[in-house]
Amino acid sequence: MAHDITADAAHAHEEHHESPVVFGFWLYLMTDCIIFGTLFAVFAVMRNQFAGGPTGKDVFELNGVGIETALLLLSSITYGFGMISAHQNKLGALRGWLGVTFILGLGFLFMELREFSHMIAEGNGPDRSAFLSAFFTLVGTHGLHVTCGLLWMAVLIVQTGGKTVLSERMTNKLTCLSLFWHFLDIVWICVFTFVYLMSVI
Amino acid sequence: MLGKLSWSDIPIDVPILVGTFAGAAIAGLAVLGLITYYGKWGYLWKEWFTSVDHKRLGVMYIVLALVALFRGFADAIMMRSQLALAYAGNPGYLPPHHYDQIFSAHGTIMIFFMAMAFMTGLMNVIVPLQIGARDVAFPFLNSLSFWMTTISFVLINISLFIGEFSQCGWLAYPPLSEQQFSPGVGVDYYIWAVQLSGVGTLLTGVNFFTTIVKMRAPGMTFMKMPVFTWTIFCTSVLIMLSFPILTVALGLLGLDRYLGMHFFTNDGGGNQMLYLSVIWGWGHPEVYILVLPAFGAFSEITQTFSRKPLFGYNTMVYATCSIMVLSMVVWLHHFFTMGAGANVNTFFGIMTMIIAIPTGVKIFNWLFTMYKGRVEFHATMYWVIGFMITFTIGGMTGVMLAIPAADFVLHNSLFVIAHFHNVIIGGVYFGYVAAMNFWFPKAFGFKLNEAWGKRAFWLWFVGFYFAFMPLYVLGFEGMTRRMNHYDNPEWYPWLLVAEAGAVMIALGIVCQLTQIYVSIRDRNLAENRDLTGDPWNARTLEWSTSSPPPFYNFAVVPVVHDLDAFAHDKEAGIDTRAAGSTYQPIHMPKNTAAGFFVGMFSLILGFAAVWWIWWLAAVGLIGVIATVIARSSNNDVDYYVPASEVARIENEHTRNLLAAQAAE
Repeated sequence: MAHDITADAAHAHEEHHESPVVFGFWLYLMTDCIIFGTLFAVFAVMRNQFAGGPTGKDVFELNGVGIETALLLLSSITYGFGMISAHQNKLGALRGWLGVTFILGLGFLFMELREFSHMIAEGNGPDRSAFLSAFFTLVGTHGLHVTCGLLWMAVLIVQTGGKTVLSERMTNKLTCLSLFWHFLDIVWICVFTFVYLMSVI
Repeated sequence: MLGKLSWSDIPIDVPILVGTFAGAAIAGLAVLGLITYYGKWGYLWKEWFTSVDHKRLGVMYIVLALVALFRGFADAIMMRSQLALAYAGNPGYLPPHHYDQIFSAHGTIMIFFMAMAFMTGLMNVIVPLQIGARDVAFPFLNSLSFWMTTISFVLINISLFIGEFSQCGWLAYPPLSEQQFSPGVGVDYYIWAVQLSGVGTLLTGVNFFTTIVKMRAPGMTFMKMPVFTWTIFCTSVLIMLSFPILTVALGLLGLDRYLGMHFFTNDGGGNQMLYLSVIWGWGHPEVYILVLPAFGAFSEITQTFSRKPLFGYNTMVYATCSIMVLSMVVWLHHFFTMGAGANVNTFFGIMTMIIAIPTGVKIFNWLFTMYKGRVEFHATMYWVIGFMITFTIGGMTGVMLAIPAADFVLHNSLFVIAHFHNVIIGGVYFGYVAAMNFWFPKAFGFKLNEAWGKRAFWLWFVGFYFAFMPLYVLGFEGMTRRMNHYDNPEWYPWLLVAEAGAVMIALGIVCQLTQIYVSIRDRNLAENRDLTGDPWNARTLEWSTSSPPPFYNFAVVPVVHDLDAFAHDKEAGIDTRAAGSTYQPIHMPKNTAAGFFVGMFSLILGFAAVWWIWWLAAVGLIGVIATVIARSSNNDVDYYVPASEVARIENEHTRNLLAAQAAE
């Protein structure tokens, strides 16, 4: 555009506006929370609809799920270390921690897919009963979110590459992914408790 | 290679569809040809399709809504004509499988693409101007929302000519909508169209909530916010609360259909009652999502044309918020007959009746605003008064339906159809049309023709009563909804009256189109132009800037001292535009094609998924992800308008204004 001038020159004149990005992302997370809430409600309705198929006790392997949980919780801590590095403008450390978080998240996803493929191989796939439909959908939706989070994390690792200072926009993106990642952790704790533990008791 | 798609899916043996296709193709080619002939592609692309300006997106939303109205109404008049014919052995001209697609498409299109698009268009045009902001909080997401809604409407219309549409009604109840009973692609078209448009609506809700919370002009506290903005605020909350539930409901139905799961199937432990509960958990708030903005528009129009401030601003705000809360706890009244038990039905029946209280408060507030006001019977006011009468009747039949015992008799009958058309046409549609007449000069700089507006009103108003009052009677006479043919002689005359009403409404739509045509033709006549930016002597901030507003809305961000900020400024003699003799550079977002491309790739994804063309679905999905990543990596997304440019635009406006005043 013809009347385009550089942003920096004009910054001095304009009073500083707080970016609404993080606030907006919080709102989005709350809508996501309703998606999970509804899926939990669906699971609660379906939890005894075995249709002659296996129950939770028959199919869940708590050892594997325990390791999954540990990986995901640990990845939240490492992301937190990454954010501390970001606030100190230590970009090398930030990328390192993001890398560690990525690997932990990938490990979680691997464990989950292994569990799913075991169950499907034994004939206990999501089409077996309403209980298993609800289980695969709830846990799978969480897994899909983790996958999106990992993709996002990879993009941010690339985007922060070669930078020496974080722009406000980049800090906002890191903060949003941080909220997203911790949110998935909280959802997983509910999954672990209400889906796995309560089904095995 | 092409999944389930084959040549036999093109319905060349159905003359109505071939005719429609020919008509649509000729009209489409004519429009494309005209754009090419006048060389407007570049202009459309640069100034509209890639625009992130809330005013332009709002206008495009409303154009989309009018196209959807045309399509949805064509469905409606076909149904009425079928029922005027299909009596006593005559099968009519629509076989059941076609008729079922038509009523399903009518409901889906009217709610998701007419009403929702119209409402989103209105809030886009008005809200940022009304709160003194320069754009919405997330302009790119706004463009993305628009394109998601548009491509979903395109997808639904593709189903006319390739394959079929759902035959399961506008909410696709299982088990009918399951693979077992609907093996075709109709339900899949429905699921994908509604899901993709849902993404757009959800982002709109987040966007406008953030905009209203974070971007109000200095001094505009919540209780100094115009009522229309308040209603959009509450509507945004309802969108954020309820649309995720819709996503889950249709997602689960899709999993049943695509992966053979058992959420709502007859076997495997499925539960259809769960679907009803979940889908109406969205569906009931949805009607308030639609009607609250109409209430907001009525409030602004009534106070403006009664020449006095709104009666009971505080109660209006509280009533809006009460409706927002109550609308989340009434969904079960859509299926009292399901057998939830007397206690549950009683709770939801009482909650439903309670909603009549805040709604009644609103009606009385509007009446008291008019009382002892100097009411100007402008065409816009006709729609408002028509609304008050019609909506009150619709509200009362709603309270009748809220009584569970009565609902057991009336459930699934034409009485229900009459009731919700009574509130949706009389409340939502009249409200949106009134709002369009009222804010049109703000968006375009010239007024809509009043004579044609009044003609449109009378035809719609009288046509509505002819078309829907007989349906109340038919409901009492036991006629159920979605019936293809019948042999009861008592019903026949009433259905003929309803057909006559539908014809009147058709003429009303013709008058509306004529109104737009005549207004554009006469736009340069002195009495039609809006040079001051305040053609109605109105009260809120959007009227303080010029019509159409400059792309940055306000050269100087206004400071709000009182409720109805512009009315206060006019009384106190404050000219907010003249105050800015020294302008500051203005921070604005750059246009982007990313929203358009995400939309197009989503269309590919949706179409491919409907037909199980998995490689193409992968192309669509990867396209969406790649576009989003590219957009995220682009740091050149905003710019500053230099103060000199702002001064040039503002001075030009002042010159035009003075020249026009001198000419008078």
